[in-house]
Amino acid sequence: MDSLLFLIFAAITVICAINLVVQTHPISSALSLIGVMGSLAVLYLLLGGEFIAAAQLVVYAGAIMVLFVFVIMLLNAGGERKKPRRLWPRYAGIPLLFLFLALMGYVGNRVLPPSGDVTFGSFVGGSAQEIGKRLFTVYLLPFEVTSVLILIAIVGAIVLARKEID
Amino acid sequence: MNFFIVSLIKTVIVVLVLLHVLAYLQWIERKVIAHVQLRVGPRRVGPHGLLQPLADVIKLLTKEDMLPSHVNTVFYFLAPFLAVMFAWISISVIPFGPIIKVGPVTTGMEITDLNIGVLFILGISGLGVYGVALAGWASNNKYSLMGGLRSSAQMISYELPMALAIAAPLLMLNTLSFRAMTDGQAGYYLGFIPRWTVFQGPFPQIISFILFMVAGFAETNRVPFDLPEAENELVAGFHTEYSSMKFAGFFMAEYANMITVSCVATLLFLGGWHPLWPAAYGSNFLPVVTFAISGLICFSHAANPARPFDRITLPVFGVLFLGLAALFLVPPLQLVLMPLFWFVSKVGAILFVFIWVRATLPRFRYDQLMGFAWTFMFPVALVNLLVTALAVALT
Amino acid sequence: MPLPPLPFPPTPPLTWYLALSAILFALGVAGFLFRRNIITVFMSIELMLNAVNLSFITFSYKLKQNDGHIFSFFVMVVAAAEAAVGLAIILTVFKNRQTLEIDEVSSLKN
Repeated sequence: MDSLLFLIFAAITVICAINLVVQTHPISSALSLIGVMGSLAVLYLLLGGEFIAAAQLVVYAGAIMVLFVFVIMLLNAGGERKKPRRLWPRYAGIPLLFLFLALMGYVGNRVLPPSGDVTFGSFVGGSAQEIGKRLFTVYLLPFEVTSVLILIAIVGAIVLARKEID
Repeated sequence: MNFFIVSLIKTVIVVLVLLHVLAYLQWIERKVIAHVQLRVGPRRVGPHGLLQPLADVIKLLTKEDMLPSHVNTVFYFLAPFLAVMFAWISISVIPFGPIIKVGPVTTGMEITDLNIGVLFILGISGLGVYGVALAGWASNNKYSLMGGLRSSAQMISYELPMALAIAAPLLMLNTLSFRAMTDGQAGYYLGFIPRWTVFQGPFPQIISFILFMVAGFAETNRVPFDLPEAENELVAGFHTEYSSMKFAGFFMAEYANMITVSCVATLLFLGGWHPLWPAAYGSNFLPVVTFAISGLICFSHAANPARPFDRITLPVFGVLFLGLAALFLVPPLQLVLMPLFWFVSKVGAILFVFIWVRATLPRFRYDQLMGFAWTFMFPVALVNLLVTALAVALT
Repeated sequence: MPLPPLPFPPTPPLTWYLALSAILFALGVAGFLFRRNIITVFMSIELMLNAVNLSFITFSYKLKQNDGHIFSFFVMVVAAAEAAVGLAIILTVFKNRQTLEIDEVSSLKN
């Protein structure tokens, strides 16, 4: 059951990522990236990171990608123009890629030490209470510094994009 | 396997109830707005217009589902699908009642109870922006694009005061899961004041409740914040090019969002399914009394009817109400029905406020709307959070 | 309910998660190098950051500590700040050059 869920969502992630790289219009790439982030949130849930899964949905998929989508819709610049490319890399690339992946998989299986399995529910340190405890005691200084960083980013973004695009 | 089958049954029940509630919420809205405006509302289809939602569904299903030639086809079909999907997914973490025992199965009255329920709802309402933005983009029409972008910007701007208004009672309740949150609001002060978050010491969350309700109006694009989708502004905004079922999809998404915001407000602020005064003082008889009085009113109006068909339909309604009142007297059913009654009446009261405000208030201009979010609600929410944190820390 | 014998183990080993992270990172690098629209390049950077987040959470699972989660949270925050400023820069470039292709912003080339 865990394996099946992992394979389904990993397949969705890889398909959306390939779609991101392949699509011409940036809005399709943006939607594929949202799909990647959604399925990654499910994978984080499988790894026991409930807070990070929720933060991924709220921050990444719900705010950063909305910013991307807004900018793409406002600029309305259209898709990429096709550049004339040579033919043989396209037809030799994909089989060579699969060969490379198979070789890396085989070498990785032989060389890496056996690692444990990931069972859902065996890591309980990812809840909001535990993360809050670490974040506000051990990692307090980075937390405050990132709030200053966000303030700098807000001021920078407002200054840079100040005049209206018409 | 028992868990999967029970979850499947619960999902089917919740989806069926949700579909019917969405349809009849539109009927209630039309009737309430009509009576506020001193007219009658729908009354032709079925007694008192009760079959009007059915007529609307038949009309929407049989209307020509056209695809304009200038739209971006993939996104045109994707946008209402995303809007409806995100609006309905957030119902799955809302508990409707306590843990009950039905036959051999002990289960809570929700589809699932996540440890991070509140964050899940915040995330899904953040993702609900995409349905609107894509609808505006796909229509390939500058009015729709402006309406879609305005609506998305409004939804994002109001997410911030909403999140801060949610954070303040969370400081007092100390949990993110909805069921644990409602369990923390059980009990009574001085024997009769309920320990709901709006009444709970050290700092009653009344300002948070008002902030959450206002942000909820803005998140669901309801009056007074419905400039991006009003019919007479911007040529109906982002759903200009949509017709029949896809348009119905956006409306179902809006009503489902309204229901979600009302349910979250009930669970966070109004104590969920806990009654207003203790059962020792007779709060178990409130639904019996309410439905019995409704039945008697139906019978008394049937004696001198205002319309000729009322002579037949009002006694039928009277019998139905008295039957419901009798149902609440059965002790085995009371464990399930009483919390459900209180939850539904609180959610219904908040939905009535939504409809009442729609009938009463004019709408904001867009710059007034955005200025209100960023220059008024956000500082007030921050100060509220600070004062709550101070109050919790000092006790 | 007895399932038929599946070709994969019932719980996924940790290396599968790391392999997925490597594949996503490689796809991000490919998008970064081969695409010419600046916004798509930016989204490939976000894809690389997500792959790294997955790697952090995986190792946090292995070591049974939640420091990886906190680091991943900071990566998200920095990605948000970077996205805001980067998109503001892209808006300014578009306003001045009226193009989003990085090959055409080349007036300093010889």
